[in-house]
Amino acid sequence: MTGKVVTVTSGKGGVGKTTATANLGAALASGGDKVVCVDADIGLRNLDVVLGLENRIVYDLVDVVEGRCRLRQALIRDKRLPELFLIPAAQTRDKSAVSPSDMVRLCDELRHEFDWILIDSPAGIERGFRNAIAPADVVMVVTNPEVSAVRDADRIIGLIEAEEKGPARLMINRIKPDMVRRGDMLSADDVLELLAVELIGLIPEDENVVMSTNRGVPVALNGKSRAGQAFRNVARRLRGEEVPFMEMSEDGNLFGRLARLFRPGGN
Amino acid sequence: MSSFLDRLLGRHPKSASQAKDRMKLVLIHDRTDLSPGALEMLKDELITVISRHVEIDPGAVRIEMTQEGRQHRLIADIPLRTARSARRG
Repeated sequence: MTGKVVTVTSGKGGVGKTTATANLGAALASGGDKVVCVDADIGLRNLDVVLGLENRIVYDLVDVVEGRCRLRQALIRDKRLPELFLIPAAQTRDKSAVSPSDMVRLCDELRHEFDWILIDSPAGIERGFRNAIAPADVVMVVTNPEVSAVRDADRIIGLIEAEEKGPARLMINRIKPDMVRRGDMLSADDVLELLAVELIGLIPEDENVVMSTNRGVPVALNGKSRAGQAFRNVARRLRGEEVPFMEMSEDGNLFGRLARLFRPGGN
Repeated sequence: MSSFLDRLLGRHPKSASQAKDRMKLVLIHDRTDLSPGALEMLKDELITVISRHVEIDPGAVRIEMTQEGRQHRLIADIPLRTARSARRG
């Protein structure tokens, strides 16, 4: 088995990298693939809580790299999704505890066991980011339709190309179709035109994401959530399927359509 | 067209289109590490160097940045003064 390494990064913090990693992991694993999510954000560990696995951590990424445990001992299996595993980040160390070549070596070992190795990158453009992209076969850049996130995404896309890890694949997260329709939020087309990069996912803003994260259950497992559906679509595209992109400007329910009819200046 | 209508009706341009216009410029300067000020300086120096070899009209020189995907190109349009236009000018 030779697994694929997919790194999820962004430049700016808080755009949804960890949520995206957790949900892609859950979606791929629920489709039967064997998946490991690696939290590379050393010192700011979060992938464990988003996946609901925080109470089961014994060893972490730095323990593996420094030889305090075997790789197998640091792998936490998700009981709900037996094909999904996590290697958590260390919480009491910093990014310099791991080097890019450590990550390459670790992933080379993981490739034998897993179909997918998903790496949750820290924000920023320093050591942690370089660690995260060093072993990547595919780099996914998460952004929001918002000026600072787009600017940072552009910067990171340039760095990914410079490291010969491109072309980056773009995921636009937290799109509010209603604001896009009013002309008060950059549309997916606007962002794509600005960044000139290949698209892999459009994720709508969805309250279910916060609710799922509260419970520690990835929203991709919620059949009714729009964001969950969007994350499942990204997983299918990663597998090589052609999946049409979700409509991000449709009118929603009947009441929304009626309200717009009567709103002054609405279009 | 819609921005023309907006102005006619006294409406502000939509915030998303403002964001897009601003980001277009910001990203070009981020990617090329070339600020508008630096571009002006480059233009002045270009005029000095070229004028040493051939007669040009400094006021008509235009320098602009174009974009194709993530590739950028600096285009310089430098009209030469021919003997005839020089006599007229």
